[in-house]
Amino acid sequence: MYVELNSILNSTPDTFTQGEFILVSDRRSDASFLIHHFLSFYLRARCRVCFLGLVQSFSHYSAVSQRLGVSLTQAKEKGQLIFFEGLKESLSVLVPRDANGASPAINFLRDPSVGLRSLYEFVRSSLSSFNSREKAADGAEEWGPPVLLVDDLSVLLSLGVSVGAALDFSHYCSATVCSQLQGNMVMLVRCDGEEEEEDEGSDRLLKGLTHQCSLSLHVEGLPTGYCRDIHGQVEVCWRKRRGEGLHTQKKLFQYKVHDKGASFFARGTSSTVL
Amino acid sequence: MAAPVNSVGKPSPERLPLNTTSFQKKTRSKLISIPGTRPSVQNGQLLVSTGVTSLDYLLGGGLAVGTVLLVEEDRYDSYSRMILKYFLSEGVVCRHELFVATAQDDPDDILQELPAPILDDVAIHKPLEQPLLSCEPSNSLDAMKIAWRYQNLPKVQSALASSSRFGHYYDVSKTMEPEIRQAAKCHRFYLPEHPTLSSPTHSPVLESYSALLKSLQDIIHKEGFDVAAPMSRPRNILRIGLHSLGSALWGDDLTCHDNPAHRHALTTFLYGLRALLRSSLAVAVVTVSSHLIQDRALMGSITRLCDNAIALESFKGSERETNPLYKDYHGLLHVRQVPHLNCLASQLPDHKDLAFKLKRKQFTIERLHLPPDLSETVSRVSRGEQAGAAAVASACGSGTSGNKHLDF
Repeated sequence: MYVELNSILNSTPDTFTQGEFILVSDRRSDASFLIHHFLSFYLRARCRVCFLGLVQSFSHYSAVSQRLGVSLTQAKEKGQLIFFEGLKESLSVLVPRDANGASPAINFLRDPSVGLRSLYEFVRSSLSSFNSREKAADGAEEWGPPVLLVDDLSVLLSLGVSVGAALDFSHYCSATVCSQLQGNMVMLVRCDGEEEEEDEGSDRLLKGLTHQCSLSLHVEGLPTGYCRDIHGQVEVCWRKRRGEGLHTQKKLFQYKVHDKGASFFARGTSSTVL
Repeated sequence: MAAPVNSVGKPSPERLPLNTTSFQKKTRSKLISIPGTRPSVQNGQLLVSTGVTSLDYLLGGGLAVGTVLLVEEDRYDSYSRMILKYFLSEGVVCRHELFVATAQDDPDDILQELPAPILDDVAIHKPLEQPLLSCEPSNSLDAMKIAWRYQNLPKVQSALASSSRFGHYYDVSKTMEPEIRQAAKCHRFYLPEHPTLSSPTHSPVLESYSALLKSLQDIIHKEGFDVAAPMSRPRNILRIGLHSLGSALWGDDLTCHDNPAHRHALTTFLYGLRALLRSSLAVAVVTVSSHLIQDRALMGSITRLCDNAIALESFKGSERETNPLYKDYHGLLHVRQVPHLNCLASQLPDHKDLAFKLKRKQFTIERLHLPPDLSETVSRVSRGEQAGAAAVASACGSGTSGNKHLDF
């Protein structure tokens, strides 16, 4: 959890807007540090978190969260966190050893044309089962609103899932998590290549999700090239429905990722430049 | 103050049994210690060397165990093949196990071409000598008088068996002796020897790739490279070299069409490979002929599914070969990606203009800089009139003296 980002987004673990769909995207840079921020943020906010970790192993997320002061293993034991480890699950489909054992959530890997319905079922059941359990056992710890985190959605395209299926998945998830359960959702999409190239999978996905989301954080490398002390810039864009029209507000910051956090500053005000 | 010296002098022979120096080697109580590996300074990750010391430096100390290094091949696959061979020879010298998979040449061809290690101090094929260096009682004849603190140290300290050292130097002009090579255990996967059964599944993975994944997983389970496996026998590292993935010989059509039918075959394979490696003591180098892949977006997603990625751009056959700027080098090296593993900040290289060259015996990566201009007509001072004068001088030929920059 980065304090500076919290003040930019005007949220703290105690007070944050519910029902938000936050889109994190990047191009020629790496935005995964923001996923770690949101993971530790929502765990501290005592939300119930469902994390779809598709690109890294659990130990990676756990080691980074440790540096940010949150223990994933404890959260998992307490039932606060449901962690879906895509890498581990995929092995049982890609190199089948036993007859069964593969989680149905990873079914799309067997035949990508069926779409992500089973993955959505997994999300829905794990987040709403929280609800019923809480009602059943009053003695158990009470958790706040449910949160879904996805790292990252664009890897599904590399695994053969179509853009339409991925957009359907995010739409269903936002309907369930954000509207129905009044929780939050954070998705990461990584794009490659230049912006000019049009009908390309990850770009179409990004456009579709930008349309769905309520807050987007877009990370890019510096337009002037690589720099050691400024790792890139992040554009924060709020989209609010106010009355008739759609009100958008944009802010641009530069950032640097440290060992145990990240700092954000206005353009050109890096401590190395001043 | 004289008396204490005297009194101290007496007990000292008893007090100095073996540990004469107060400097203790700091040993980490690391659970795994395998020859040829070391923990990373930044995040404690276990690292192995790629065999090219300068490449290790670029990648933040070495290749982390459990990760994949993607090498984008140069146009003739000569230098990328060399990096693969370096990687495998380092495994032979460190007595790691090897796994070589190819579709084009026989894996044995690659293994026969491994460069010879330059072992200045040690003979590699005598690992039994290791116990000798533990602590040899020093000969009383040459008892040290001045540097007496050193006399209890082992005699030939440089003999620390080279197989436990991190990174070696190799002589690419010679090939490795067969007996050294055969000492290493090597698994080979040659695609033509694996009859692929064409089953009409909807799975995006090609049969060739799933056969490769299957055979990798079998070896990892059978030979105990699994992290979860019981720690009964000494652990070792499996080095995996996969040559020219994505080429047509693997049954892939990435390089043949603008709109390949098996668009997701390679990315799905790399996803499975990552899944497999993350839970095992193995490290892989994959080469891909990226210049044949038209779709840059596809190449981007291939890169993101590997942890480290470098690209080689050789000058061979390009007009840069004759460019005086590049006369010292054989090609450019681009670092496409460095790993973010168990930490937030990645180890970005401090310099992005890198070039590689193949010296007579050695492959090295250096910073790209302009060669010194040693010609007489060069203008050392950037002032306009000086440069103009030098230009005039060069136009008139070198006969005109007095205009040289060395004149005072």
